Order: sequence, then C-alpha cells, then structure tokens
Amino acid sequence: MQFATITSPHTDRPNSVTVTMLWVIIALLPGAVAMAWYFGWGVIIHMLLASAAAVAAEAFVLKLRARPVMPAISDLSAVVTALLLAVALPPLLPWWLTVLGIVFAIVVAKQLYGGIGYNPFNPAMIGYVLLLVSYPVEMTTWLPPIMLNQNPLDFTQTLSAIFVGTLPPGLDWDALSAATPLDEMRNQLNQNRMISEIRQSPLWGDFGGLGWEWVGNWYLLGGAILLYKRIISWHIPVSMLGAVLVMAMLFHFLDQESHPFGLFHIFSGGTLLGAFFIATDPVTAATTKKGQLIYGACIGLITYVIRRWGGYPDAVAFAVLLMNMAAPMIDYYTQPRVFGQRDAGDD
Amino acid sequence: MATNGYGRLIKDGLWNNNQALVALLGLCPLLAVTNSAVNGLGLGLATLVVITLSNATVSLIRNWVRPEVRLPVFVLVIASFVTAVELSMNAWFYELYKILGIFIPLIVTNCAIIGRAEAFASKNPLGRSLVDGLAMGIGFTLVLTVLGAVREIIGLGTIFAQADLMFGDIASGLKVSLSEDFKGMLLAILPPGAFIGLGFMISIKNIIDKRLASSRKAAAATAAEPEPTAV
Repeated sequence: MQFATITSPHTDRPNSVTVTMLWVIIALLPGAVAMAWYFGWGVIIHMLLASAAAVAAEAFVLKLRARPVMPAISDLSAVVTALLLAVALPPLLPWWLTVLGIVFAIVVAKQLYGGIGYNPFNPAMIGYVLLLVSYPVEMTTWLPPIMLNQNPLDFTQTLSAIFVGTLPPGLDWDALSAATPLDEMRNQLNQNRMISEIRQSPLWGDFGGLGWEWVGNWYLLGGAILLYKRIISWHIPVSMLGAVLVMAMLFHFLDQESHPFGLFHIFSGGTLLGAFFIATDPVTAATTKKGQLIYGACIGLITYVIRRWGGYPDAVAFAVLLMNMAAPMIDYYTQPRVFGQRDAGDD
Repeated sequence: MATNGYGRLIKDGLWNNNQALVALLGLCPLLAVTNSAVNGLGLGLATLVVITLSNATVSLIRNWVRPEVRLPVFVLVIASFVTAVELSMNAWFYELYKILGIFIPLIVTNCAIIGRAEAFASKNPLGRSLVDGLAMGIGFTLVLTVLGAVREIIGLGTIFAQADLMFGDIASGLKVSLSEDFKGMLLAILPPGAFIGLGFMISIKNIIDKRLASSRKAAAATAAEPEPTAV
C-alpha cells in the first residue's frame, strides 16, 4: 500500500489576499454599524460611495497601466481602503470630498507607487490627511451622537445634505454640528477649565465621548476577530495602545485636572480604529516582530504628543504616515539573527 | 540644422535638458515660490537674467581664470549679478520683492546657474554661452510659471492673481477666477503640492517624449520598408 507523500507547506487553504481583505471588512463591520447607529445614514452612504469610487479609480488606473483589471479589483484591497477612509469621515461631508479623497488615495498613494504591495504610505490615511489639510472646516463638521442630537436627519434628508448640500428647512449647519470629544476637550482645556468641570457636560460617557466610546468598543471587537484569525499579530496594537496609555497616565498623574484619564485617549478619536485596522496594514508597517513593537509604540507616542501639544485634535493619521516613512529603517535595524549566525561581539 | 547649432542649444534648454524637469536642478526655489503663477514668473525672470549674464561673463573670462580657482570666481560673478538683480527688484518691484523674500538672494546657490557656468560657459565662446544661458533660463522660467499656475488654479481657484505686482496697475485685470464656488484645495498651495505637481510635470514630459520617440520609430520603419524592393 502506498500513501501519497505531500511536502510542506501543510496549509489547509490558500490564504489569499481576497480572503484576508474579506476578514478585514467583516471585522470592520461591527464598528461601522455602530457608527451608523450613532451618527446616522451618512456613514453608510459614504462607505458605499467611497467603495464605488475606489473600485472605479483602481480599474481606470489599471487600464491606463495596461495591467489586468479583474484580479486587482477582486482582491478587495481598494474596498478596504475605501471603508477605512469612509469611517474616518464626518457623516455629512459633501460627496465630492469623499470622492476626491479616495481617488487621491487609490491613484496617487497606491497605484502611482506600483499598486498593492508597493505603496510606502497607507492610502486611506493619505486620503484622509489630504482632505483634513485642504478642507479643515468641512472635515471638522461632525454630528453629535444620536442621543444628543436634537434634529436627527432621516435617509432622504441625509442624502440631500451630502449630495446637494441642502438641509431641511429651519436647520443650519451650526445648529446641527457638534465638536468631537477630542476637539471639545482640547477647546475647554485651552480655556483653562478643569477636567472635573468639563466632564459635567452631558457629552461624556464613562471614558470618552458619549456614543464614541461604544464605537471604540466595537472596533475593539473587530480587532479581536483579526487577532483570532491571525490576520494581524498583537505586536502593533498592543505597543501602540500601550504607548498612548503610558503617556496619558503619566501626565494624568502629574496633573489630574488638565490631562484626561488614560482611557479617554484610547476611546476617543481614531485610536482603536488606527491600532487594529490602520497601523497593522501589512504593506506599510514594519515587518519584524521587534520592529513592530517599536513601530507601534512610536505611533502611540506621536499620537499623544500631537494631541497634547500639536495643532490638530486627533493625530493617528499623521502618526501612522510619519512611522510609515520610518518603517524600512526600523526593519533594517531589527533584522532577527539567523540561526547559527554570530553576534559581532562574539569573537 | 547642424547638431552644434544654436537651434540645438535652444531645444536643449527648453526641453531636452530642461534644468528643472530633466536635470532637476534649482529645486529649492522651484518648490518654494511656485505657489502662484506671478511668483513663479517673477523668480523665473530674475533667474533668467542672472543665468544669461553669468554665462556671458564666465565665457568672457574663461581663458584668464585658472582651473584651481574657477568655482569661487564663478560664485563671485553670480553673486554680483544676483545682488544687482535684487537691488533692482527692491527698487522697481517692491511688493514682489517682499513676497519672494529670501529666495532672490538664494539664486546665488541655484545649482542650475553654477552648473551651466561650469559645464557650458567655461568651455564655449560668448555667443553660444549667451544663447545657452537664455534658453536654460527661459526653460526654467516656463516650468516655474506653469507649476505656479497649476498650483494656483488648484489651490486657490484663480490664475494670475496679483499680476499688478509685476506689470503695474494695468495688469490687475489679468486675474481670472475660475468659479465663485470653488475655494480651492489648500494642499496644492502647501509644500507637498509642489512636490506632487513637479512629479506630474516630469511624468507628463516623459510621456510626451516616449510618444514622440515611438512615432519617430514608426515613421522610420515605414520609410525604411520600401527600401529592399528598391535595392
């Protein structure tokens, strides 16, 4: 009797890019649905719009470059980029800004560098930073979460706000919009208010902003799915969140009334989304284990530094892009020793 | 046209060996001041004057300067012309002078100018050096102006704003606003916009060159085809 001899690798199923990207999308869904729950239809509209624009832009550039279109479209990487950008955008952003951001992300940040696997910078964050730097007013016009929103818009009203720019009669943008928790905390602190005083406002939940912290929880669940499926390793999220927490707690205990509790920074802004979905992008992050720890910790550090002393309320996007730049150097200096290789000092 | 003729020099300066797009020299002023068409044109013209005069002067003194000291001498020549240009702009285009600021004195360090002095003017007679300087200067000015115009259109939605700073009050009507609604994409005005814009200009030039080369090859192939039957 003869048995078929199968050589390694003994994996049960090819772990293709499409499957990986599909899992990222699945893991992103809880957080995205939670955002849609708290901030209205705009989140879903932007997700669909960005995905369509991303696929169209990718197909167009691949045609120009005379590369096969279908394999690149069906690997879903453009859709992941689009969804990551869409959940970072304000829910009532005008439609052409979303399209501009995602087209720039796909065409310039991804395809001009050679397409998937060759981009040195995270495309979604390039698109986000382009919009944030170019259109600061539109990009900071956020909605309050549903329980604080006096005038929630229904589906058609949201559509007309995004595509035509008209609000229902009797409403204006100032009445509708609200600052994000990070923005609010920063403004209040700049007016020399104390934290215990600031937190009297109904805007706050247990750690971060009301509603916002639950979105964070759902992203955390998504991150757990990615960790369980081994799509990401723990090194980057843990070191990034750890660095934010250590920095925030250090300053919190130095001066409790002007530095919010550490978990505020974890559950506000893009920290959790960034830690699990954006900083872990396998193309643009560091690849060695030691390098990933350094990479994540530096993102956390830069995020806290810009939030605390910089010009913008949130900084995950800037921190990720800055460390994208440093990732090749980190990899260079953290190459693991090949088994049997001697240290320089051994002789 | 002879390959060493003036036509070749002009073509090199404007296109084939454009100092900004091919040699990638003088990027510091190129990237820093091109946030509007008028600023780009202003600095481009100042550079044009300096590179033409310095090329001519270097060519005239080329047989009397020992090679050991040639670079300091070139720099001194360029610096003298830059100082003259700077003082003239201060006198006649004061507003533009204030906007361009440090980048006018920095023309001294523009590698395009010392590059032409070293590579061309120090080895060629006056006439050819003069034409080379003029062509290189115009090529550089064109890139500066086009890049400035593109960044101004995308970044502010206008073109030739503040043209009166350069051409007097008559030119203030030159300003064109594209649309009342379009307030511009700020990124184009900021430094990254200069890098991205220059990258696109270089790639467009390369595409045009490639198209020209392939059509020339095709033309040569069709011209060569009937030959075997003739022979």
